[in-house]
Amino acid sequence: MSADALIDIRGVTKTYGAGETAVHALRGVSLRVEAGEYVAVMGSSGSGKSTLMNILGCLDVPTRGEYFLDGSNVAGLSEDQQALVRGRKIGFIFQSFNLIPRTTALANVELPLTYAHLRRAERRTRANRALELVGLSDRADHRPNQLSGGQQQRVAIARALATGPRILLADEPTGNLDVHSTDEVLGMFDELNAEGRTVVVITHENDVAARARRLIQVADGRIVLDEVTR
Amino acid sequence: MSPRDLFGAALRGLSANKLRSLLTVLGVSIGVGAVIVLVAVGNGSGKAVQSRLEAMGTNLLTVSTTGGGGGFARGQAGPSAQQYALTLDDVAALADRRLAPDVASVAPVMTSSGTATNGDTSYTINQVIGTTPAYLPATNTPVGTGQSFTQQDVDSAERVIVLGQTTATELFGRAQTAVGQTVKLGAVDFVVRGVLASKDSTGFNDPNATAIVPISTLRATQAGYGALSQIVVQAADKDRVDLAQAEVTQLLTARHQVPATTTSPFRITNSAQILQTSQDTAATFTALLATVAAISLVVGGIGVTNIMLVTVTERTREIGIRKALGARRRTILGQFLIEATLLSLIGGAVGVAAALIMTQFQLAGVTPVLVPSSIALALGVSAAVGLFFGSMPAHRAAGLRPIDALRHE
Ligand SMILES: Nc1ncnc2c1ncn2[C@@H]1O[C@H](COP(=O)(O)OP(=O)(O)OP(=O)(O)O)[C@@H](O)[C@H]1O
Ligand SMILES: [Mg+2]
Repeated sequence: MSADALIDIRGVTKTYGAGETAVHALRGVSLRVEAGEYVAVMGSSGSGKSTLMNILGCLDVPTRGEYFLDGSNVAGLSEDQQALVRGRKIGFIFQSFNLIPRTTALANVELPLTYAHLRRAERRTRANRALELVGLSDRADHRPNQLSGGQQQRVAIARALATGPRILLADEPTGNLDVHSTDEVLGMFDELNAEGRTVVVITHENDVAARARRLIQVADGRIVLDEVTR
Repeated sequence: MSPRDLFGAALRGLSANKLRSLLTVLGVSIGVGAVIVLVAVGNGSGKAVQSRLEAMGTNLLTVSTTGGGGGFARGQAGPSAQQYALTLDDVAALADRRLAPDVASVAPVMTSSGTATNGDTSYTINQVIGTTPAYLPATNTPVGTGQSFTQQDVDSAERVIVLGQTTATELFGRAQTAVGQTVKLGAVDFVVRGVLASKDSTGFNDPNATAIVPISTLRATQAGYGALSQIVVQAADKDRVDLAQAEVTQLLTARHQVPATTTSPFRITNSAQILQTSQDTAATFTALLATVAAISLVVGGIGVTNIMLVTVTERTREIGIRKALGARRRTILGQFLIEATLLSLIGGAVGVAAALIMTQFQLAGVTPVLVPSSIALALGVSAAVGLFFGSMPAHRAAGLRPIDALRHE
């Protein structure tokens, strides 16, 4: 293990609410993920997987504990710097796709590039390339409601890829997809990981987890199993 | 995010809900339009009153006696009623340059009413004025056709008459044909010398329903030898009206031996003062209208806030997605602020356009006169309204934590 892992969380807890009704979603999680790993996170419903993922993606902050991303303490970053990290280092893929409605696939993919201050022409090229990568060049002008679930998720993946982030975080990316679409998406993850990107994927499905090389089991806010599977 | 991108995002946001955006724009445009139109109406009515009063002559003093003075009520017969009655000698004294250097001309006025007939046609003239030729220039009453009577006519009490427009048309059909004809006023025949040019109404009475005759003739044939009803005094200059008024007051007080302790029995109306008063009234009126309009502008602004709040709530999830993709606080803030400002600026532009069209027409009998600064003000205010009223919802949107926004149902 190198001194600076890409993801390094130490003793992270997350508590929602306070007093009698407090929910301890994470009860002390420490985890290191090196660059280029492919990690699957499993666990029963309500065990805290999404909570963990949101913290990893700088969408949420831990109640206690520290998070070092690429060597720097996330808690020490300003709001704008965190936005920058979300935009450039991390690509998110959600179970519910989270495409912006009434906006074309191409515009959706362009969005993170816009926030990264890329010029118009450069954005166009990169977004088109990302759409090509997920095999949806012919659907660039379609709006989310004109796309199938699998196609929407592929647009979401293209969007997550567009900025060339080092980390891909996916929270049940295949939860809403059929077997065929699941295979397509997983194939893409394999390729991305082969390119050297770090992939962390939350799943309930064993065959999804089987594609990863490391499996983490979460139960009741704690990591109960952490093993290299391949 | 470049301004162009922000602008594009804002436009897409607005066009996503066209009807809603349209109604909000309508609210603002009604406010802006109301400000411009109502200010123009106020301004227009002020200008109209002003020009009518100016047509009356701004250096005019009208002297009448209240008949009062210490202890005697108005109209009550008594020694003071006699004592303070205005006479032709007063007129002569006021016309004396040495006594009243700031007075240009003086004309006595006696009024009576009577029925004029031309053959079978008769017309009741509500104001027959007996005066001297000086009356016409002093009161800014030009003769339209024919001519005025002369001082000679006054001296020899000639039976000549100058008719007002209405009187002339009522009696002779067309005003032009009246000159040279004969009119019976009471039992006396008068020769029509001229017809006055038409005058705009300044009040409820038709100023054209008049007839003017030499004062000597009126006294001999109609009104007897009582007191004058008025003396009309023209100051030598617009700026010397106050001086003239002082001289008139002093002269009359001295001539009628008014005791120093009584209030002046003479009432002198100063047309410049009336003008000033009515200008003040018009300004108040305009301010009142502007206030009403400003309220509707504020209501339009609240409409913007309301719509932006709804928009932000509706698009909370979208805001979460944008933040997850790296949007900064100020990017989100900018997008919603631009949306709000666009709404109110478009509303402002529509309001200005509507106001420009509306002010081409007479509104409530007033010809509106645009005040250019009101357009600039209304546009500026509408932009400010967008920024001000839009900033609360925009800040709310920008301040959301990404995860809270994403979880929003
Ligand atoms: N905003 C919140 N407020 C209060 N409690 C919350 C909140 N978000 C999550 N929780 C609670 O935290 C716990 C962990 O939630 P989390 O979403 O991380 O579960 P999960 O492992 O992702 O479950 P699933 O597999 O069903 O998605 C749950 O008990 C949940 O009720
Ligand atoms: Mg979850």
